[in-house]
Amino acid sequence: MRVVLAEDHFLLRDGLARLLTAFGHEVAAAVDNGPELLAALMDLRPDVAIVDVRLPPGFSDEGLRAAVEARGRVPGLPVLLLSQYVEPLYAHELLATGSEGVGYVLKDRVSNGAQFIGTIERVARGGTAMDPEVISQLLVRKARDTAMAALTGREREVLECLAQGRSNAGIAEALFISEKAVAKHIGNIFPKLGLPPSDTDNRRVLAVLAYLNH
Amino acid sequence: MPTTTDPQPQPQPQPRPPGPKKPHPTRSPAHPGAFTRSLLLWGLSLRALWVSLWTTHAHLFFMSGLRAKLLPRAVKSVRKLADRQRQLAEEWSGRDFPAPYPELPSADQGAALRAQLASREGQVWRDWRWANLHPYVGGLIAFAPLALVLSGVWGLLTAVFGVRLSQEWDSIWYLFVPVQNWPTAALAGVLGALQFPLAFRWAAPRAVSLHERYLRAMLAPSEDELRAEMAEMAHRIDHLTTTRTAAVDTQMAEIRRIERDLHDGAQARLVAMGMTLDAAEHLLESNPEAVRALLAEARENSTKALQELRDLVRGIHPPVLADRGLADAVRSLALISPLRTEVRADLPARPEPPVESAAYFAVSELMTNAAKHSGAGRARIDISHEPARPDYEPDIDTGTDRGTGTDTATRTGPTPGTLRIKVTDDGRGGADATRGTGLRGIEQRLATFDGVLTVSSPLGGPTTVTLEVPCALSSPKTTSC
Repeated sequence: MRVVLAEDHFLLRDGLARLLTAFGHEVAAAVDNGPELLAALMDLRPDVAIVDVRLPPGFSDEGLRAAVEARGRVPGLPVLLLSQYVEPLYAHELLATGSEGVGYVLKDRVSNGAQFIGTIERVARGGTAMDPEVISQLLVRKARDTAMAALTGREREVLECLAQGRSNAGIAEALFISEKAVAKHIGNIFPKLGLPPSDTDNRRVLAVLAYLNH
Repeated sequence: MPTTTDPQPQPQPQPRPPGPKKPHPTRSPAHPGAFTRSLLLWGLSLRALWVSLWTTHAHLFFMSGLRAKLLPRAVKSVRKLADRQRQLAEEWSGRDFPAPYPELPSADQGAALRAQLASREGQVWRDWRWANLHPYVGGLIAFAPLALVLSGVWGLLTAVFGVRLSQEWDSIWYLFVPVQNWPTAALAGVLGALQFPLAFRWAAPRAVSLHERYLRAMLAPSEDELRAEMAEMAHRIDHLTTTRTAAVDTQMAEIRRIERDLHDGAQARLVAMGMTLDAAEHLLESNPEAVRALLAEARENSTKALQELRDLVRGIHPPVLADRGLADAVRSLALISPLRTEVRADLPARPEPPVESAAYFAVSELMTNAAKHSGAGRARIDISHEPARPDYEPDIDTGTDRGTGTDTATRTGPTPGTLRIKVTDDGRGGADATRGTGLRGIEQRLATFDGVLTVSSPLGGPTTVTLEVPCALSSPKTTSC
């Protein structure tokens, strides 16, 4: 994969580049500010971009703006946002550019290298990766919605995992239940949310995200 | 014109202690320089005529929206003239001449200037009233001694030429004397001559002192006004003292909370991490399995420490507020609120950061309250900023019940504008600002900025809480609202 990296913190940028190289990916460009990022995304059209939300020159949300702008010009350009904080509003704005090939995770997740690379690869393939913290914050809001209220506690946990883009096997592993049970829960969740059941992982995630983004 | 009536150089006014309001007893009524002074005052009244014509024009243009730039200069010229008059009056009477001016707005603050002019009280208004009246009243008073002198001169001229003139013009009168022959001409001369001492000794000092009294009546604030101003200031000081104490207490409580959170949270976790890593180091050789568990524990602790630091920062100053400003920060609150919340924001620019922060946390607390206690399913937040208006009144009712709102701040005169946030939910109502500690806390924190909280919460709902904070918008707009 060809990756564009935008991170103003030298140590983290260097570390990420090393990590990517170690897993056999190519770092096409590593930039440290918003305008350069946008230029790099437009020129290089990478397979995936890893972008820190807070970048120079303004140190506010330049990374997000550049990512949103780039996805506006190149629909579906895979972008994984990294941040010290997860901000539901930013997740909302990112998802507004389409829910394929986007991710928004805490920088903490970088510490688990293999898992982080998995996340990047999922986004590059057009999948979705939302930090569990974003999901849980957004789920709080939905808790009152009648449709959500109909879900059992376990079903909500499953939905949360679904929103993170996990496979049935991944959910089973995360929740310490059998894959069969997961499939049963998913079968229950979709009708409750008024969503037609579907086979592919990606469409399930899209449905969940569409619902969260509603 | 003989102005050399003062036999000696004019004595400089003695510095006197400010005190008695009645005319100073040691002042001689027949001040030798009085006539010169009356002449000076008359000259100034002529200038006032010019200024008054000019300002009236400027005012008309200003009110019709044209040439607004003329007005500040007109205001300044009035003030300059009034200052000169007050300075003379102070110098000559040895008594203070108070002139409590509000701060003069800069040239580009047309609205604030308009507000000052539109008010029917205050020094600016007194100045204008005075400037328009002064050419006539002040001019008349100041002209009286000169009129007597001119009349005296005419009397002397009549004495010399009167007889001949009366033959040419049939008859002439001087005062009540028909001048026909030399005795009547002489009488006119005597009457005329008598007017000189009358003018210098009697009329001039009286005209000067009358002029001063008239100036004070027109320009100085009345006793009542001064008293009212003092009372208002005292009230304001009370209010500031109270809110400052509350602000300091709140700040201290915040600092203590942060200290405690750090001490019990991230700090404790880092200590635990250090110990875990230490233990892992010792077990590295003997028990690799245990080391693996210890490392997992250390990572868990680091994750939790980061989580706690994030929560702490969010509680101090949420990143989204710093990055995007109040409107988007409130939108973010709405996104994670259990209530279905609609946010409408109309802010052309950002308020001052402290106001922004106070408003954000107030809304955050209101949303939490609504979600916890109201039983509501939906909420609406309206954010707007109202620019300063000249006829500002602290009435903030917008048509709903006033409820139990308590106005803690007294605001008089124009404000720099008002940030207004309305939080409405469709819950069961019955919220009471006097009972809930949450609402009281918000009220106290807003009071630091002279903000006001109004609650309308009839039983059965809906509950509307309105926050109003006087503030100007300054920072440039960074995002679309």
